Amino acid sequence: MDTFMLIGITGIGLGALYFLVASGLSLIYGLMGVLNFAHGSFLTVGAFVGLWFSTQVVHVSNTWTFIAAMIVGGLASGLFALIVERVVITRLYERHIDQALVTVGISLVVGAVLAGWFGNDLRLLPTPPWFINTVSIGSAHIPVDRFLYIAVALILLIANTALLRYSRIGLVIRAGVENRQMVAALGINVRLAFSAVFFLGGFAAGIGGVLVSAYSNGVSPLIAGTYLIYGFIVVVIGGMGSVPGSFLAAMVIGVIKQYANYYSPGLGDFVVVFLLAGVLLLRPQGLLGKVKP
Amino acid sequence: MNTLSVKDLHVKINESHILQGVTFEVPEHSVTALLGRNGVGKSTTLKAILGLYPSEGSIELNGQSLSGKLTYKIAQAGIAYVPEDREIFASLTVRENLLLATRNESNLQRQQMVNELFPELVSRSAQRAGTLSGGQQQMVAIARALVNKNEILLIDEPTKGLAPKLVTEVADALGRVAGETTMLLVEQNLPLVKRIAQHIIVMDQGRIVFQGSPEFLHDGEWVHTMLGVSGGHK
Repeated sequence: MDTFMLIGITGIGLGALYFLVASGLSLIYGLMGVLNFAHGSFLTVGAFVGLWFSTQVVHVSNTWTFIAAMIVGGLASGLFALIVERVVITRLYERHIDQALVTVGISLVVGAVLAGWFGNDLRLLPTPPWFINTVSIGSAHIPVDRFLYIAVALILLIANTALLRYSRIGLVIRAGVENRQMVAALGINVRLAFSAVFFLGGFAAGIGGVLVSAYSNGVSPLIAGTYLIYGFIVVVIGGMGSVPGSFLAAMVIGVIKQYANYYSPGLGDFVVVFLLAGVLLLRPQGLLGKVKP
Repeated sequence: MNTLSVKDLHVKINESHILQGVTFEVPEHSVTALLGRNGVGKSTTLKAILGLYPSEGSIELNGQSLSGKLTYKIAQAGIAYVPEDREIFASLTVRENLLLATRNESNLQRQQMVNELFPELVSRSAQRAGTLSGGQQQMVAIARALVNKNEILLIDEPTKGLAPKLVTEVADALGRVAGETTMLLVEQNLPLVKRIAQHIIVMDQGRIVFQGSPEFLHDGEWVHTMLGVSGGHK
């Protein structure tokens, strides 16, 4: 029972990291139909900027430094995403193959530049001393960092939901998901909303980059690879453009993967792909996605 | 004075030359109806004016060129649009649909006018627009175009697919608006055109083939020749 609980909470923590990657992907694809394979590089940039902030700007490893590293990493990533959108993506709307090629190219370039600069070895990201602590639930000892990942994902989910539901930009984004042309025909610069979505997606990925680095015990240019693939799987299973759907899917995938790997090491990836195939066959719009007319 | 002036407008879509030198003007404070058989380019004309299709030629709103401008800039210049298929935002509530379209929330006079035109929408303000009937959705689409003070309203087949009772309601609403709004109306419903239009333009195969008074619509033979419908029934 203790192991069951430990694996379950670890799975939710892992799902929280997947969600941080997937939430931006979901919005970017849902609103703009942009297949953004550069999203992993947003995560990597966030991780490296967080590392730079923690080691070069602030030399103290405590809670505030870590929170600041998350915010700085998120902002840097958001800014990078905004630049990518303004300079490259804005010229490629409706050109899906070109988007895929260019964003894969950006991802490769960012990875190569960082690898050339820092090497591919893991660089330790300073974390607060309490990161190694555990919390006892029953007789299970749960690493405390898992709760941080879950808390950050929940905050992001609530902030995203509130932004989409109660703000003017959220209204524009929701309308834009349905019908971009009509939003423009109402006199609204829907491209500004696109840029905002890219920034928000990059911001979440940047925060995710810092947390993934903490989870993986270090930062490397290769850190985003698996998470990006899982991000896409989460988006498809959750439903394109549905942030709550992404959250639900991320949690389900994180937990199932952890349990599968525990009972049969290496089985996790297979089970997740099987789940993906099942959703695509039985509910192609995803768990909480809407069928487009 | 003309509110809208379109000169030598050409639109090509996938190698098809849809509009072939369309030229017309819409006088201010009047309703101009754009008529013609299905597929002659009426809706394309409206979309080209709004920048939804790339076009060549000249489009001017109150003397200001709109050519090459992005759609949202054209709309901000004062063009409201009610599309043929309504294109309301189904997942948003009625209130959100109207709020989204509102460029100046302090313009209470416009909001009050919309509320008076479509009182049913007030009572359904919290309802998702996608769950409304076709007629109610059309009201949302028209209300959305009226919540701002615009120079001209482009309205594409507002009575299409509506039950007769709803056609009357929509026609009444447009009749009330017609007095104070410049309107370019695409419509197959000739009684509505006769009721509110002061000018008619007939298109055929991407060209303007007639411009003049709606009086011609009372001539059944003319209607049959120009529009391919029976004037007596439509």
